[in-house]
Amino acid sequence: MRLQEHPIIDFTKRRGRKVTIYFEGKPIEAYEGEPIAEALHAAGIRVLSYTPKLNRPRGLFCAIGKCSSCLMVVNGIPNVRTCITLVEDGMRIERQRGLQPLPKNVKSPRWKDAEKKYGDIIVIGGGPAGLAAAIKAAENGAKVMLIDENPILGGQLVKQTHKFFGKREQFAGVRGIKIAEILAKEAKDKGVEIHLETSAIGIFQEGDQKMVAAVKKNTHLMEFYGKAVIVATGAMEKMIPFKNNDLPGVYGAGAIQTLMNTYGIEPGKRVLIVGAGNVGVILAYQLLQANVEVVAIVEAMPRIGGYFVHAAKIRRLGVPIYTRHTILRAEGKEKVERAVIAQIDEKWKPIPGTEKTFDVDIIALAVGLRPSVELLHQAGCQLVYVRELSGYVTRHDKRMETTVRGIFVAGDSSGIEEATTAMLEGKIAGLSAALLVGKAKPAVLEEIKKYQDDLNEFRSGPFGQHILKGIEKVMIHD
Amino acid sequence: MTEKYLERGYLTPEELKEIIELPSEERLRGKPVAVPECPQRIPCTPCKEICPTDAIKMDNPNDIPVVDYDKCIGCSLCVQICPGLAFFMVQYRGDKARVTMPHELLPLPKRGEEVILLNRKGEEIGKGKVILIIPRDKSVGDTPVVTVEVPLELAWEARAIKVVRE
Repeated sequence: MRLQEHPIIDFTKRRGRKVTIYFEGKPIEAYEGEPIAEALHAAGIRVLSYTPKLNRPRGLFCAIGKCSSCLMVVNGIPNVRTCITLVEDGMRIERQRGLQPLPKNVKSPRWKDAEKKYGDIIVIGGGPAGLAAAIKAAENGAKVMLIDENPILGGQLVKQTHKFFGKREQFAGVRGIKIAEILAKEAKDKGVEIHLETSAIGIFQEGDQKMVAAVKKNTHLMEFYGKAVIVATGAMEKMIPFKNNDLPGVYGAGAIQTLMNTYGIEPGKRVLIVGAGNVGVILAYQLLQANVEVVAIVEAMPRIGGYFVHAAKIRRLGVPIYTRHTILRAEGKEKVERAVIAQIDEKWKPIPGTEKTFDVDIIALAVGLRPSVELLHQAGCQLVYVRELSGYVTRHDKRMETTVRGIFVAGDSSGIEEATTAMLEGKIAGLSAALLVGKAKPAVLEEIKKYQDDLNEFRSGPFGQHILKGIEKVMIHD
Repeated sequence: MTEKYLERGYLTPEELKEIIELPSEERLRGKPVAVPECPQRIPCTPCKEICPTDAIKMDNPNDIPVVDYDKCIGCSLCVQICPGLAFFMVQYRGDKARVTMPHELLPLPKRGEEVILLNRKGEEIGKGKVILIIPRDKSVGDTPVVTVEVPLELAWEARAIKVVRE
């Protein structure tokens, strides 16, 4: 099912040309510009693969290419991340059953044939942090190459229909989807070379150069050379343990936003949300805007963790929030049909007799994010586990440079926070990298100082205290 | 104060009164007046920045907004821009009150249409009549704003509407 009317987004203007794809031989209508798994979801197909050992059905989970829950066989090639691979007319798609070998007639591409690109700075990730970094570096004369594995620029901004907080000069009062458009346009106008559908797979030192190895559109090998790398790879959604948490229809909150707000696809009819942090309460509101019923939000903590005002928006539209409750299990055959929740006691144990069952077809997990640090790890940056920043993060200094000279970090990959702070960190990283490669003038130090002050001001409230405590654990002082 | 509203997700009118001083009866009988329902310290300033009469006090971006009701001219810009959809306007007129609120759902009601009133926990509490609509393209904050005439006793209860069409 596709969304026809939406109070914020006009999908009729967004959809591309109609094409036909073949799922297990059956023709399915899709639109150019949408990924395979999303098109299948619109056609009612939830099971994308079966696991190798237990033959359990699997569906989407993250929908941004990070979790491997959507691997399918596309035109005979297994292990394709169908959530970020765009449909093409006539494409043949099959469910992947366990481990499937590469067909014998397929010749793998070779690194010696890789396409080479040269510049000053390579930015990995085209979300708010990466775009802000690329814009600032390019503005100061650096040749910037930005790579992102998604088909659209903007990172998670492209699915945020709500208006942002902060100050107006930081885009407060502007919807995330609009911020993505503004930043993407600015990056292009400033001459940033953009490579979409391109996955960075490693950062290497080659003489006095950094080299980022990447794969474009699953097949085309590329090497990007520059003097500095900015890693702005964002985050991925966490999972929590409960019975049948792998049932298709147990989706990360972001996947539901991708389906409904990026591609205009109805995620389901009735949804239970787990987690009343900002992501959970914002998701509930977005579902209501898409005319999808939200039966409840459950939250294990005694209080709502997200901003009160986001919670108030959905409470006055009748969505209950059950604090001190948890999900016990998902039920259903090959797809979510029911969710069972229960109240928990002081020791976080479910209280017998408090179970409630909801008929739902989607269980949305909004139980937090963790920084995507794989590339930083591979590149040799020192990682530390910091609870306040939601996982392993790299140590960095006030200019966002990591323990490896020339590798910078910004946004959620440096610790889970907000798009507003991601943009500020991105600006700092972009300017600092431009200084390092000898393009920016020392006068930009004042601009860097302004963004550092803005960050401090943003973080000066109760929500920022937690973050500041975390940052203190990773900060490298001069 | 124990922040009970963070357990429930809504404020009671009594809690609101404890957090901010509400406009006087006399002021409420004058021009519409902006009332923020924004009790938690979060980094957010558009209401203060957009106010044409400098009626919103907020020394630090993390402070809660406090409206000087004498300076407020009832222009609704704060209602339009507020990212948290937490600003409302209230005005008393005879035995009715007019409540101005953001409305980002479909369908958008029509002027003169009767709508169902919802309180802060989503309960249906009565009916109101739509007096004025600022559609999205006319709103500085990209959010449609609706003014609804409600029974006076619901002035501090009605905070959302449900549009019912056959």
